[in-house]
Amino acid sequence: MKHVRYLVPMGILLVLLYFLWAGLSLNPKEVPSPLIGKPAPMFSLPRLDQPEQRISRDELRGQVWMLNVWASWCVACRQEHPLLVQYAKQSKVPIYGLNYKDERAAGLQWLANFGNPYTASISDRDGRVGIDFGVYGVPETFVIDREGIIRYKQIGPLTPEVLRDTIEPLLKQLNS
Amino acid sequence: MIPEIGHFSLWLALGLALVLGTVPLLGAQIGRADWMALARPLSYLLFFFVVLAFACLVASFVGHDFSVRYVASNSNTALPLQYRVAGVWGGHEGSLLLWVQMLVLWTVAVAAFSRHLPPAVTARILAVMGLVAVGFLLFMLLTSNPFDRLFPAPSEGRDLNPLLQDPGMVIHPPMLYMGYVGFSVAFAFAIAALIGGTLDATWARWTRPWTTVAWMFLTIGIALGSSWAYYELGWGGWWFWDPVENASLMPWLIGTALIHSLAVTEKRNSFKSWTVLLAILAFSFSLLGTFLVRSGVLSSVHAFATDPKRGQFILAFLAIVVGGSLSLYAWRAPQVGIGKRFGLWSKESALLGNNVLLLVAALAVMLGTLYPLVLDALGMGKISVGPPYFDAVFMPLMAPTVFLMGIGPLARWKDAALPALALRLRWAAAVAIAGAVLTGALAGEVRLVSTLGLVMAYWIAASVATDLWGRIHPQGVDWSQAGQRLVQIPRALAGMMVAHLGIAVFCFGVVMVKTYEIESDVRMAVGDSTTVRGYTFTFDGIKELQGPNYVAAQAQMRVTRDGHAIADLRPEKRIYRVQQNPMTEAAIDAGLTRDLYVSLGEQVEGGAWIVRVYVKPFIDWIWFGCLFMALGGLLAVSDRRYRRAVGAE
Amino acid sequence: MRIILIRCFISLTCALAGASALAAEALSASDNPVLEARVQKISSELRCLVCQNQTIADSHADLAVDLRRQVREMLQSGQTEQQVIDYMTARYGDFVLYRPPFKALTALLWVGPALMVVLGLGTLFVVLRRRSRLADEAFEADDNDAPHDPHLS
Repeated sequence: MKHVRYLVPMGILLVLLYFLWAGLSLNPKEVPSPLIGKPAPMFSLPRLDQPEQRISRDELRGQVWMLNVWASWCVACRQEHPLLVQYAKQSKVPIYGLNYKDERAAGLQWLANFGNPYTASISDRDGRVGIDFGVYGVPETFVIDREGIIRYKQIGPLTPEVLRDTIEPLLKQLNS
Repeated sequence: MIPEIGHFSLWLALGLALVLGTVPLLGAQIGRADWMALARPLSYLLFFFVVLAFACLVASFVGHDFSVRYVASNSNTALPLQYRVAGVWGGHEGSLLLWVQMLVLWTVAVAAFSRHLPPAVTARILAVMGLVAVGFLLFMLLTSNPFDRLFPAPSEGRDLNPLLQDPGMVIHPPMLYMGYVGFSVAFAFAIAALIGGTLDATWARWTRPWTTVAWMFLTIGIALGSSWAYYELGWGGWWFWDPVENASLMPWLIGTALIHSLAVTEKRNSFKSWTVLLAILAFSFSLLGTFLVRSGVLSSVHAFATDPKRGQFILAFLAIVVGGSLSLYAWRAPQVGIGKRFGLWSKESALLGNNVLLLVAALAVMLGTLYPLVLDALGMGKISVGPPYFDAVFMPLMAPTVFLMGIGPLARWKDAALPALALRLRWAAAVAIAGAVLTGALAGEVRLVSTLGLVMAYWIAASVATDLWGRIHPQGVDWSQAGQRLVQIPRALAGMMVAHLGIAVFCFGVVMVKTYEIESDVRMAVGDSTTVRGYTFTFDGIKELQGPNYVAAQAQMRVTRDGHAIADLRPEKRIYRVQQNPMTEAAIDAGLTRDLYVSLGEQVEGGAWIVRVYVKPFIDWIWFGCLFMALGGLLAVSDRRYRRAVGAE
Repeated sequence: MRIILIRCFISLTCALAGASALAAEALSASDNPVLEARVQKISSELRCLVCQNQTIADSHADLAVDLRRQVREMLQSGQTEQQVIDYMTARYGDFVLYRPPFKALTALLWVGPALMVVLGLGTLFVVLRRRSRLADEAFEADDNDAPHDPHLS
């Protein structure tokens, strides 16, 4: 019985080791979104290509759609863009772009150079809509269902694995 | 060629470390004197080859050998010489080599200064250090080779991070590592004693100087890091409770507890298993720190570039070393006797109380640092634990610790005679409270929290004064003997007093700067001036400057007070050519009672600049305090009985 | 680009310096210091999500500037500090709070240190008291060292 207390440090070590090991597969910088399962925030922004027209959240109800946050100054966006362009061709789910803190001319030029997968892009010049969505980096992608609830958020560039293993099954489920 | 020599040296060193880690250890078990005697020569050889490898890496940096991947990532042809050398430890791989360099340095020191130890003990200690070296050498060679080549070799390197191009950064890591790694000696002594069954007061006496020196270096290393952050980062902060900072504070706290615990074990031969546990824990926290900094498990500005494979390796190493030593502890510690008797209220108890509080402090820091990770791993969401938590939790923990610090030195061994003790200390208590209130009043404002903090600082100082008084002018002894008695105070005791005073000075600095610091954000056009606390800052102009590897806008700020010129400050906004990131270089006029701190913000319309002006009272006392602590350690280690022991060889 | 900016600015300043000797008392960096102080206070409780080891008060990241602006506007429109905090956590979660909130999940975090002190000192006290009740034989003999041996501090 006396010997048990000498094992306490060892016990604490084992617990600690477990958590440190678990921590190796986590990303401490990633901020999960508290908006999953909550309604997408209200917005009404001018279209990038035709600024006189606006798109608002409520117009998009009744369909499943994706919101991709991008900018012409964003280096990582270039990484995911070809994937997005290709995906848009084969998928029936509309992808809307949120042109985040960007100049209109620069944004249009960027799309002209690298392709336009978006049903439409909207301009968030000062980033306020971004803040409402909890955007803290670019690119980010949201999946929103028919009722306007946010169902998934991708932090960072999309990869083929994420599209195939997470987003597509989710879209299928939401569309059924 | 040189990188290959370096690489090969590391493999040789690994082989030597393997032999060092096994043969003398076995020799000590089975009693073979010739195997045990191998420990020293092997240590010297190991040292030689690690130094050789280190020299090769330095040579690659100085010679601009960009065919070495590590050099290409951390250096540049325009990088000045001293930063090329410092660049050796600017990144992950090189800093690991520095770690091993320090380890073998300590190993060789133990080998040289251990003639008075029995051969079996020396053999075991050096073997344990050899085994630790095996772990780190393997880590380097398998996952983090500093001598990896890059084909084709680029003609230009990526440059050392501008933040690291600074004198403070040159010596901060070596000092820090001397400390961190130095706890491996106490660790090795502990393991050797557990294996050999020789855990006693003599063991404590041997271990103490090594622990004190390591603690000294760690104190200096942490102080350097903090002061560097203060003058380099541009917003006047000096401690951020960043995970990497915490990773160095935790071993420091345990190390402090260990020094005090060793005193009890040496004097009373008691609480041996507790002391040996602390010795294991101090180094374990060093290893934990190494893991946290390099594995990517926590987010930190300091963290090195990470790779999951590296994290796994260190974790495995941590599990083996700490798990192995704690298992050994669980097996052997119960057999250790309880030593001599001492009373419930005694110096020994005060020291042990201090131990408990310091350990809890270290655990509290660990709790805050790892809590987000734990919650995340359990799928319970993500929180962040920032400085407000640590400040709220750490300060209250320090209060009882400091209270004990005032009592412990004056308490007697075995039986503290509380009433007499309280009587002796009443003057110190009165002075502490009065002094705190008076200081607050003089500074302009008396606040509760700051007064409590000042009471803590004055309490320690008054207690040291009381102790000193009692030694140079005890009852019934004439004043004429005071001078002689002062000089006769053993250095170990003098060291303690100086170190404790250091804590008082540190506390004072922290409280004063946190309570009475003034910050002023102003928009200044050329010719404008602003007055803070009686100091007038005038913006005289701005000019462009070409540095060796950067271009800067330098402002000229003239500081006057009551018409007298005080200082000419030149804050800069620098852009380093290669990495293109802007950096702010604050300008500081340091003084004994205050620092004047000016940093440039952004440029605004109209040709004006946003300028941040601070007056920080007594901030340098924070680092003076640390210096005193280190000096105290140095004094203690130079005590006659250690010099006698070494000199006898 | 920045180098050109600095050059333009410096020639402008030289011109200005030569032109006028109007030395003024520098104005506060903001137009409303009282509001700014409140913004600063709240901002120093919010973590910058880009430079995650700084608050949005200290960080120069774009997002930090945007969030500070948001805080300022909310305060100007009369919202309370708590409403501002709630706004931020609704969008970014508890991670954005520099000071972890006190809730069931973090109870152990906040109470832990105090608990450890009580447990630690309590255990020490119990162990020492138990020891003080043991008979003398359980201990090592005390070889007459003076109660104040100066060499062993």
